[in-house]
Amino acid sequence: MSEALLEVEGLVTSFPGAGDVRLPVVDRVDVAVGRGEAVALVGESGCGKSMTALSIVGLVPKPGRIDAGSVRMAGRELRGLPVTALRRVRGAEIAMIFQEPATSLNPVQTVGAQVVEAITLHESIARGEARRRALALFEQVGIPDPSARFGAYPHQLSGGLKQRVMIAIALAARPDLLIADEPTTALDVTIQAQILELLRGLARETGTAILLITHDLGVVNEIADRVAVMYAGRIVEEGTRVEVLGAPRHPYTQGLLRSMPARVAPGERLAEIPGVVPAPDAWPSGCRFADRCALVMDLCRAREPERTVFGANAAARCHAVAAEAAR
Amino acid sequence: MEGHVLGNLFAAALIGLALVAAWRVRRSAFWRERCAEIMRRRPIATVVVALYLGVALLDSVAWRDAQPGEASVEARSLLDRAFPTDFRERSYSAPLASVEFYGGEPLAHPRRHLLGTDILGRDVLHLALGGARVALLIGGLTSLIAIPLAILLGLAAGYFGGRIDDLVFFVLSTLASMPSILLLVALIMVLGRGPVQVCLALAVTSWVNFCRVVRGETLKLRELDYVSAARALGVSELRIVWRHVLPNLSHLVVITFVLTFSQLVLSEAILSWLGVGIDGSWGQMIDQARDELARDPIIAWNLVAASTALFALILAVNRVGDAVRDVLDPRTLREPT
Repeated sequence: MSEALLEVEGLVTSFPGAGDVRLPVVDRVDVAVGRGEAVALVGESGCGKSMTALSIVGLVPKPGRIDAGSVRMAGRELRGLPVTALRRVRGAEIAMIFQEPATSLNPVQTVGAQVVEAITLHESIARGEARRRALALFEQVGIPDPSARFGAYPHQLSGGLKQRVMIAIALAARPDLLIADEPTTALDVTIQAQILELLRGLARETGTAILLITHDLGVVNEIADRVAVMYAGRIVEEGTRVEVLGAPRHPYTQGLLRSMPARVAPGERLAEIPGVVPAPDAWPSGCRFADRCALVMDLCRAREPERTVFGANAAARCHAVAAEAAR
Repeated sequence: MEGHVLGNLFAAALIGLALVAAWRVRRSAFWRERCAEIMRRRPIATVVVALYLGVALLDSVAWRDAQPGEASVEARSLLDRAFPTDFRERSYSAPLASVEFYGGEPLAHPRRHLLGTDILGRDVLHLALGGARVALLIGGLTSLIAIPLAILLGLAAGYFGGRIDDLVFFVLSTLASMPSILLLVALIMVLGRGPVQVCLALAVTSWVNFCRVVRGETLKLRELDYVSAARALGVSELRIVWRHVLPNLSHLVVITFVLTFSQLVLSEAILSWLGVGIDGSWGQMIDQARDELARDPIIAWNLVAASTALFALILAVNRVGDAVRDVLDPRTLREPT
């Protein structure tokens, strides 16, 4: 990993459960993103990956709250910053792209005006200059005929174009880190590839680091340098793309990869992970994956596994893996 | 400042606003299309509303003829000037009659009173046309007070929630729990009986419903992705409200304005009937007609003229309102495929 840009340590974000209990949907999560690096945070729906992203920018929706941990951006602690200071971080240092381009743009403003707003928000420049910058951004994100699209309303653009506009807005203030929360989920497969290509290209061009939140391992393979796999609020495995996707250690990651259609011969039955992700109020006390795991031992139900470190920056959280490594 | 000067300023402001609105509509393809669509769907109603507006404007531009030594001469509006200066009889006369209704004395202007004259001998057509200004003033001025108030409080309550929401909702439910007609009469008793006072009183009772609608819509809008996206970009809360929430309420504003308008005009008629209305309104004409209906033979033209004028305006405004809602609501507007 290159010089650290974003360092998240021991992050706990919880929501109120029944009675006075608080349910930590993000539980002691550590994530680090280096400058110019692309890190993917992978997991099923409801595993806490989006909440991790929102916690980083301090936008956890009520009644959720961050209970513990630190979020450092370029060495500066973001937790506890006053709202006005945090607002300057959002957009200018950390920008976000959301899943649904159709609803992430204001329907009654032209897309041009929205990009201009994003530019002038963090920089005081003249309107004409902002407009020129916006047009350049449109060009950069591959919107054909930028000056014609500038005055268009969101409903006049296709899903792919809207997502490009979203990316333009996110890049408007030249952030150091771009958090992309399922940026391609709502798009056609062909458009997905184009958007991923665009993100990768832009990251390389501008040196922007990317934290990609996704459940799509295909997307991870396209773009990520490093991967962190999340399950039921915890990071269960991390490592470089090659390590995690090539030789997964954690049984959950292995199960995910086995259930990818691309890895199975046509006609053959897809492997699946039995059961579903437990809800936050039904997490087992030991390993949270225990009930769905083929390698489950008594120890797994009794005690939560520690992080077993492999090499420079790979790790897994599994008793079976730890036992294997110790042998 | 004198009444007619204020009226002139108001009329000028209104014309100015209309010109600005027309210019904006011409510039925006969206609004140009929508306006054409309204005109296409409800041509008659739109023209009728425009006619009422025209009459009201004519009646709002007034000046006093310079007559040295005669300082007490009343200012006369453009509408008044369309009728002869001394267009009066002594008392009732039937439409287009040449003699008085009771007694049969010859009239000063035989066969000239298209809708007859009232008990004081005033031309009923003139009175009915003059009522348009009062009706539109009530609908317009009251909306101008009530709608911004409702938007402001509804937005604050819906977006920020918590204490503000509690407070606004407390006021809302308190006002809503009072019979509005009693509240209206009480307010007018306290404020006095001028047109502005009546509009204020009507505003106090009519902002409640719209405020509730705005609050509900804001609750919905603040959870939308583009609001989250704006927040994630570092846009401040006030700016989000101004740039991303308020503009998305505008269709509601237009629709509510049109629909409350007719409600307000009707409310004034009821107030006049209760004796606390505005001078020169249709409601007052109808109120006076109570006794006329008891006469033998009855005198109906006063009542018929005022009711017809009222009815036609309400019907036309409602028809246009329907069209406005249909045209602005994406769910009822079929996309041309």
